[in-house]
Amino acid sequence: MPKKKDQHTELGLKEEDLVEMYRFMLLGRFCDERQWGFNRQGKAPFVVPVSGHEGAQVGSGWAFERGKDVFCPYYRDMALVLVAGFTARDVFLGLFGKKDDPSSGGRQMPAHWGSAKRNIITGSSPIATQVLHAAGIAYSKKLKGEDAVVGTWFGEGGTSEGDWHGAMNFAGIHQLPLVFICENNQYAISVHESMQVAGRVYKRAEGYGMPGVEADGNDILETFRVTKEAVDRARSGGGPSLIELRTYRYYSHTSDDDDRTYRTREEVEEWRAKDPIPRFEEYLKSVEVLDDGGIAKMREDTQEEVAQGAKEAQEADLPDPAEAMRNVYADLEVTP
Amino acid sequence: MTEKNMVQTIHDTLYDEMKRDERVLVLGEDVGARGGVFRATMGFLDEFGKGRVLDTPLDECLIAGVSIGMAIDGLRPVAEMQFADFIFPAFNQIVQEAARIRYRSNGDFSVPMVIRAPYGGGVHGALYHSQSIEAFFAHVPGLKVVAPVTPHDVKGMLLQAIEDPDPVIFLEHKKTYRSIKGEVPDERYTIEFGKAEIRRQGSDVTCVSYGLMMHYCMEAAERLTSEGIEVEVIDLRSIYPLDMDTVLASVGKTGKAMIVYEDNKFLGLGAEVAAQIAEHALFELDGPIVRIGGPHVPAMPYAPTLEHWFLPDADRIEQEMRKLAEF
Repeated sequence: MPKKKDQHTELGLKEEDLVEMYRFMLLGRFCDERQWGFNRQGKAPFVVPVSGHEGAQVGSGWAFERGKDVFCPYYRDMALVLVAGFTARDVFLGLFGKKDDPSSGGRQMPAHWGSAKRNIITGSSPIATQVLHAAGIAYSKKLKGEDAVVGTWFGEGGTSEGDWHGAMNFAGIHQLPLVFICENNQYAISVHESMQVAGRVYKRAEGYGMPGVEADGNDILETFRVTKEAVDRARSGGGPSLIELRTYRYYSHTSDDDDRTYRTREEVEEWRAKDPIPRFEEYLKSVEVLDDGGIAKMREDTQEEVAQGAKEAQEADLPDPAEAMRNVYADLEVTP
Repeated sequence: MTEKNMVQTIHDTLYDEMKRDERVLVLGEDVGARGGVFRATMGFLDEFGKGRVLDTPLDECLIAGVSIGMAIDGLRPVAEMQFADFIFPAFNQIVQEAARIRYRSNGDFSVPMVIRAPYGGGVHGALYHSQSIEAFFAHVPGLKVVAPVTPHDVKGMLLQAIEDPDPVIFLEHKKTYRSIKGEVPDERYTIEFGKAEIRRQGSDVTCVSYGLMMHYCMEAAERLTSEGIEVEVIDLRSIYPLDMDTVLASVGKTGKAMIVYEDNKFLGLGAEVAAQIAEHALFELDGPIVRIGGPHVPAMPYAPTLEHWFLPDADRIEQEMRKLAEF
């Protein structure tokens, strides 16, 4: 087969980038499959799946500069926080609520990501609160004259919250270095997009004085392209952007949900056929970055990394209740 | 020393601190060109520019939410809620985010922000310009809630709030803005939170208060000296952290305790103070614990007769003090 015309060189991506992006998609997918295994075994009471979103998350996350830029993710962003510096072990430390869980030391439910040293801002469960924090951080960066860009991720359900509209408005008024990234998987738990969003998410950008684009979230290169454009514009003083990435989640909202009550199996299968991972594998083969053997080896190595991370996390210590009164305030002792 | 009223003190303190520390910025509705509806930031825009004197959209949730982001990124935001009554759209950001960020990240993140909130009644403000909001926020671990009511305390505690590594709700009683004056030291100083001030020594009754009511308690206590009744008046100043040591020591001396506040009596600060007195000093008491608080109606009504009916005053406090002293 002749070598297909490559799309990545003009995006500034090297072959090493492609391999790493692929590895992060696999890492997200395999961590997800492993956490469901633990859930079914009764070893993990709560799981937030990422499967289906890996292209959207890794492609958009890759457009940011790690160590400088700031990530304000939401709960489904496991593959994104892996890009931002989490390891498989970190993911499972959070899943099991272990003492060394980098997000919270076992205080929050799994998937409530955060880590100061990785510039991942701590998140909560109420939807879209992080979007306003992202706007405040972006304002601070601009005021201080730093050239960092802030990214914030949310689902299409999040775009109904007042916090989201407030942040869009504020970012538009002040032309902040901020990129809004909507992972539109068409369902907020059970509520379909048609009952959630009047018009289209990306078109709301115009009302807030910024450009809005939509892209196929299952196409990692396309996702990277539109995000990189927005990040570059933000870094050079061109203000915020809104990106809507169309995608799908393959499992229920969480392990406490049952999607059979609101989605047909046919619909799920139809979207699974658009899986971003095999799609990217085809691309990697077509540009001769990886062959079948290389892909098999990557899959095997990544599975091993996930198994090792999960094992280490299982063996790690749980938090000590004697520490549970700590970090309420910086300078006040509190008593039960 | 310079004599100033409350709002002048807030203005000058903020101004000097913004001069001293470029991390400090003010944001809120009308804080820029208008200088704040109470003039607390008058002239700031010209001196510090739009970047640090930020007129926000009319969105209290936004004010709190972006302040959190600014604080996380190393700034020291001082947000103004135009009236405390309008803080509720920001409740989620304050309670679920600002208060919990240190705890939920196990100390990885902190939110050093101040929310200034003009509160309290007696200003013809009716239901939505008179509210006391302290109980909602003092209930939440992770927040500090303070309510200084002398110009001296306002300066020291506002500077402490800005320096504080955690979020602080800084309550300013509107009726005291221009009615209460006092000497303010010219040099920079801070006042530690959680230290009550004994405003008046007395041996017969301990009267615990804060906010505007503290001034009314002082007035009532002065009147009673002619009858030979000496009331010890404690100004809590800080609602959380709460200085119960000072309260309990005083109750140990007088054997009589009353708590006066204009917030709804039910589950207000008086309930906590009374409970802690009962837990720790029951056998020191020579009379029932008395609470004077706002009546159980949704908020302060407008007509002068109704506003007067709602708000405790020095006459009513005096009567209750006398009754308790004679018990």
